[in-house]
Amino acid sequence: MEEYLFLMQVYVFALAIFVGFELITKVPPTLHTPLMSGSNAISGITIVGAILSAGLEQFTISTILGLIAVAFAMINVVGGFLVTDRMLKMFKKK
Amino acid sequence: MIIAIEITYLISSILFILGIKYLGSPKTARKGNLYAAIGMFLAIAATLLDQQVLTFEWIIIGGLIGSIAGLIMAYKTPMTGMPQMVGMLNGFGGGASTLVALSEYFKKNPNYPVDTGMPFNLPVNEGVAIILSLLIGGITFTGSMIAFGKLQGLVTGKVVKYPLQHPLNALLVLFVLGAGGYVVMFPSMMALVLVITAVSLILGVLLVLPIGGADMPVAISLLNSYSGIAGSMTGFVLGNNELIIAGALVGASGIILTNIMCKAMNRSLMNVVLGGWANAGSASTTSSTTSPKGDVKSIDAEELAMLLDSVSSVIVVPGYGMAVGQAQHAVRDLVNLLEKKGVKVRFAIHPVAGRMPGHMNVLLAEAQVPYDKLYAMEDINDDFNNTDVVIVIGANDVVNPAARHDQSSPIFGMPILNVDYAKTVIINKRSMSAGYAGIDNELFFYPNALMYFGDSKDAMTKLVNEIKNL
Repeated sequence: MEEYLFLMQVYVFALAIFVGFELITKVPPTLHTPLMSGSNAISGITIVGAILSAGLEQFTISTILGLIAVAFAMINVVGGFLVTDRMLKMFKKK
Repeated sequence: MIIAIEITYLISSILFILGIKYLGSPKTARKGNLYAAIGMFLAIAATLLDQQVLTFEWIIIGGLIGSIAGLIMAYKTPMTGMPQMVGMLNGFGGGASTLVALSEYFKKNPNYPVDTGMPFNLPVNEGVAIILSLLIGGITFTGSMIAFGKLQGLVTGKVVKYPLQHPLNALLVLFVLGAGGYVVMFPSMMALVLVITAVSLILGVLLVLPIGGADMPVAISLLNSYSGIAGSMTGFVLGNNELIIAGALVGASGIILTNIMCKAMNRSLMNVVLGGWANAGSASTTSSTTSPKGDVKSIDAEELAMLLDSVSSVIVVPGYGMAVGQAQHAVRDLVNLLEKKGVKVRFAIHPVAGRMPGHMNVLLAEAQVPYDKLYAMEDINDDFNNTDVVIVIGANDVVNPAARHDQSSPIFGMPILNVDYAKTVIINKRSMSAGYAGIDNELFFYPNALMYFGDSKDAMTKLVNEIKNL
């Protein structure tokens, strides 16, 4: 069962990489900077792991590491999405 | 409950994918960003409902600190500082992955903080994922901080060489992999896990330090990719598919952008990572004796205004020098003025015109230049032949024809904008000095080239006034 679950994860990983390649090759050069800041925000999804660590019942080293990780990931999420929106707002057609 | 949380993760993953899909067009890009943000909100909300999460004060404290810092960064960073900001964000992403992996290791260890005497059984796949998270996340964290420092001017932008650079780095990577393998087999080696983390952090510094300032667009893109892959690895540690998917999307994005940047500079990734342009810099000083000589013709604002009064098509080639000189608003005024006179004006953007992929487009968008006037190199390079005037502002190496024919030039083979094919090329520069790659530009000596000397902002403002006075 363990092996099966792991294999499913590898499966998901491989397919997601292909989806990523397909989608991102279609992004025009004009949008490459917002793409980078936006994908940075998405990589802030590590916040999920950070919350699971920071929210432990007992206060241990894991909680401290989780606390810092929540702060780091949240900078990514908030900073990334807001700065991307700030940039995209400026893109106007004539 | 578990099912509800998993379904929310699925919806969130779909929103990420849709978000990136909509980022594919300027018309829908804002919507795409919003979709991704909603996806993130859902993922965070679902995680807070997880039965593992029992105390909220640390999450709230960490979340508040991060949100405030992110908010300030997002609104205080000038558009010229975007590469630094993205570099910093890459770093925090990688740092978060490292911290989560470390935290998971301690969580899974039954003998920490109290020694229970129980055997520590770590499944091989989780052990490998923890080690890779630590390695990639650690490199991304410190590497990005060095990249930030280089772009911000806090760390030297020069290619830094140190003794035994390559053997040392190879040795450290091998050490991490070897020690990592040992930890996977004997998970209770806590000290070794900490050493692996420390060595990974040191590796980040050692790997990015040798990369020159001119190569930062590549380094930033590569670190962007690393931050995604580190996130995926954390997904494997947690057994969470959404992290795996989101990380893979970001990883793919970074790799594609890295590839585009490398091609635009005609460099192999290996060459950039190993700090290769140093040799080019020294070669150029010796080859300066063979550098092009001849007459350089210059033009002043009044003459240029008259010249532009009689043309029908103009292409503007902006370089980073324009952004440094804060001339983009004056350039926009110039373009508006010319268009009023019925001149067809377009912008030609070289992929490495800014300091990161697409940077120049953002800088021009900020100056309210419509994005449909901006053309990528491959879309406009055939049009220079039938263009009356090209105005090069603050760009140098990307318009150097030597890249096409001079095999001894360090930039030989680099794709360039064919500005010399136009009837007249106006080059606005402060002086005749060499470009970023440290080489002279033969374009300045071409018969159809005219130098328009001066600070880019002053020069453009003067030109606008002259045209108005005609």
